[in-house]
Amino acid sequence: MKGGSLRSPLSRALGHGAAKDGVGHWWLQRVTSIALVPLTVWFVFALVTLPSLEYAVVRAWLASGWTPVFAVLLVLVTVHHSVSGVQVVIEDYVHAKPLKVAALLLSQFVHALLAVACVFAIAKIAFQAVA
Amino acid sequence: MRARPLSPHLSIYRFMYTMALSIAHRIAGIALSVGLLLFAYWLMAAASGEQAYAAALGILSTPVVKVLLAGWLLAFVYHLCNGIRHLTWDAGIGMEKHEARRSAVVVLVVALLLFALLASLAFFVGRAP
Repeated sequence: MKGGSLRSPLSRALGHGAAKDGVGHWWLQRVTSIALVPLTVWFVFALVTLPSLEYAVVRAWLASGWTPVFAVLLVLVTVHHSVSGVQVVIEDYVHAKPLKVAALLLSQFVHALLAVACVFAIAKIAFQAVA
Repeated sequence: MRARPLSPHLSIYRFMYTMALSIAHRIAGIALSVGLLLFAYWLMAAASGEQAYAAALGILSTPVVKVLLAGWLLAFVYHLCNGIRHLTWDAGIGMEKHEARRSAVVVLVVALLLFALLASLAFFVGRAP
């Protein structure tokens, strides 16, 4: 409590390392990796074993049973995994700060857009099939 | 302030093929991230209606995009297999040099087998766009 501050030394130090929050980032990358093993294998195998990629076939599959649930899960986990992977690559290879921040922001905005678009599309297909 | 060394220190190591797998993991990951754009476009087209979906299939069935799709499939199976290899390392398994070199070969063989299986299902059974 030197200097009259009520902040503890720990709270002053937290989040100010080179990576801001390294352990949480590292751990979530592993959690999403493990989740993506079954999710992506399921999705890719299902996709390549569909009778065809015609409109009605794809829509019927995406709307059936648990498929939309796992598809949304796949999208959310994939986008999280992707944005954190791209972040690491940008941080490793782009050193000029303005360019780095711009690249990180662009990646985050695009990934957010992708997540919302994919979830919206899956939900629309699933609900239209029921109606 | 003097320029300080920044990680990763790419230039000071003698080249080993395990390094090629490491950088390929990143390249495949970035490629898959870019592929998400096409995936989202395909899903949105399917949600938008028959016309939009027909247009999307038209793009997906051009030769250039077909080659790209095969490339993404290869990137996926490689990133999957090598990702599992990374997870075993996180668990503290297989970190010795000779083990890492052996698992590199296993990853390449399994990835190529998976690619052959999935590509033949997708492209040669006539399911691909």
